[in-house]
Amino acid sequence: METKKIEVPVMADLFARGEKPEYLFWVGCAGAFDERYKKVTRAFAKILTHLNISFAVLGKEESCTGDPARRAGNEMLYQMQALQNIAVLDAYEVKKIITICPHCFNTLKNEYPDLGGNYEVINYIQFLDKYIENGSLKLDAEMLGNARITYHDPCYLGRGNDVYAEPRSILKKLTTDFVELERNKSFSFCCGAGGAQMFKEAEPGKKEVFIERTEEVLRSDAKILATACPFCMTMLTDGLKYKNRDEVKNYDIAELIVQVLDL
Amino acid sequence: MMKQLIFTFTILLTLGAFTFTISRLIRFFRFTKANFPIRNFRKRIIITLEVAIGQTKIFRRPVIGFFHAIVFWGFCVITFGSLEMVIDGLSGNEKSFSSLGWIHSLIMASGDIFALLVTVSIVIFIVRRVFLHISRFEGIEMKKKSHQDANIALSMILMLMLSLIGMNTSYVQLQMVSGEPIHGVFPVAEFLRPVLSGLSMNSLHIVYEFNWWAHILLIFIFANILPYSKHFHVFLSVPNTFLTRLEPLGKLTNMDDITREVKLMLDPGSSFETPATDSPISRFGVKDVEDVSWKNYFDSLSCTECGRCTSVCPANTTGKMLSPRKIFMDLRARMKEKGPGLVKIGKEFSDNKSLLRDYISVEELWACTTCNACAQECPVNINHPTLIVDMRRYLVMEESSAPGGLKTMFSNIENNGAPWQYSAEDRLLWTENLELKIS
Repeated sequence: METKKIEVPVMADLFARGEKPEYLFWVGCAGAFDERYKKVTRAFAKILTHLNISFAVLGKEESCTGDPARRAGNEMLYQMQALQNIAVLDAYEVKKIITICPHCFNTLKNEYPDLGGNYEVINYIQFLDKYIENGSLKLDAEMLGNARITYHDPCYLGRGNDVYAEPRSILKKLTTDFVELERNKSFSFCCGAGGAQMFKEAEPGKKEVFIERTEEVLRSDAKILATACPFCMTMLTDGLKYKNRDEVKNYDIAELIVQVLDL
Repeated sequence: MMKQLIFTFTILLTLGAFTFTISRLIRFFRFTKANFPIRNFRKRIIITLEVAIGQTKIFRRPVIGFFHAIVFWGFCVITFGSLEMVIDGLSGNEKSFSSLGWIHSLIMASGDIFALLVTVSIVIFIVRRVFLHISRFEGIEMKKKSHQDANIALSMILMLMLSLIGMNTSYVQLQMVSGEPIHGVFPVAEFLRPVLSGLSMNSLHIVYEFNWWAHILLIFIFANILPYSKHFHVFLSVPNTFLTRLEPLGKLTNMDDITREVKLMLDPGSSFETPATDSPISRFGVKDVEDVSWKNYFDSLSCTECGRCTSVCPANTTGKMLSPRKIFMDLRARMKEKGPGLVKIGKEFSDNKSLLRDYISVEELWACTTCNACAQECPVNINHPTLIVDMRRYLVMEESSAPGGLKTMFSNIENNGAPWQYSAEDRLLWTENLELKIS
């Protein structure tokens, strides 16, 4: 089988050549730096290339959206980040942004407009669902051996922005054995990392939040836990390790699609 | 005539007491912030119809929610009958609305049936509260008063319903015995009527008057107790739903005074564009009751302490100190404590206490994951996470206090634009050796 090297287009280079891509792919800090989650970024970049989407990344010019600072109460730092990012986005005349991280998605979509940053912000799950629905991405449930798959709703995709249907629609095309967790959709239970919890020790309690959720995942008897957020992935992968249940695999939805399409 | 006089006096007393209570509360609102504009009335009306009238949030717990919906809808229908009783009492007429014909009959019949259904629901609520252990009715914030409030309210509603049933039954029987026409349709009363079959017309009259007065006086007393208890939600839940925060749950409110400062920092030239305001720079975030928005305070008065928020909170259910319900109960209690001083002395009043720390500890605030499960669950659309973040804003921006991990995260973002210590130069490392299979 042949392979083709992917040169991920960088905004500054395209702009220098006078080109303007249709989409800006907002990679996010976890997408760029987290060892595990980088695989998700790579998977999604493969899909974008496979679909011949006109896109580019900011690369070195990308900076934290400010989400964790804002939720930790540091509005000053958040707005510094936001206003600088908006200046960069506007300089490149960005109109459409695709995000993988739901936290970046929420901030860019809902919070940047207050500071004058108005873009059409799309989450990759919605984007993928669109291309699956229009037949551009053909999924075959047999490829994953009809493994039992469950899904953990990220708070900032689900409750935060009402994206419930698309991930389920995709997963039901990846397997005929999709099961819901006990607490799902708007009833979903947090992984424990939101609101900047990712970056601090948890307060004392009788249990860690991610353990509570991991136990629920294990009760579903799923072989694959599908996630759609870098922080959820960190927490729940840790949870599965902690419970010595490494045979239950935690994949991002984009990774599952890449596996099925064999990209 | 005597009845009219006594009734008029009673209703004036009721309204007087009620106005006094409400005006006291309204004065407290003067000390809150105005930063919650009300726009988009269309959307608000839709939300009110769905969440308040349709009870959609209540039905997220279908079984017990069903009984609450019965009580709510019953309350709506029966209120119409109560209004008729007030008009009757003032005018000396009987069944003043009977000229409405079939509409009147429909309302009377609905009220009569709902009286029975509400009675059954309330009995279920009482039994559940007294004999079953419902974990969301417990918690450090649930003091004796909360449980007393609940039991008093339930008992009063039960007595209201029993007196209504008694009134309807004796009315129907009295009209039958005296050969007078019955105004309205009363299916439940018709069914219960044989119970009173042995009574003379005179006794029936006494039974009717007793229930009539008991029912209307209970309404008056109940209305005046409510503002002092958690059951104030009887009045405020519908308005609070109408005043829902309309932004997506994920969105936090922008701090415009910070925007001015940050723009000045990033572009000092812009200082000439923004006119200098004469008002003193207010405190960043929320430390005490005068820093909250009027909507936060309205939320706190609307809270019924049902605990649905706390029962879904990931921090609370894993044993952390945070309880979203407590945050709003604390706000209400703190305003009750500080409000009178503010009214008397003015906004410079201080009792050397504050909502932060004296009521809500930093440990509670830092345990929140902003997952919005609480806000999603609240049957009257209270928004807890925005207030929690507002209090974090005070801690971080006024006191520079935050857990160590968060301070590291802040400085990482400041220095290298990422919450972790990675250089922006490395942002494209993920693209190395990326290949696509082509079949």
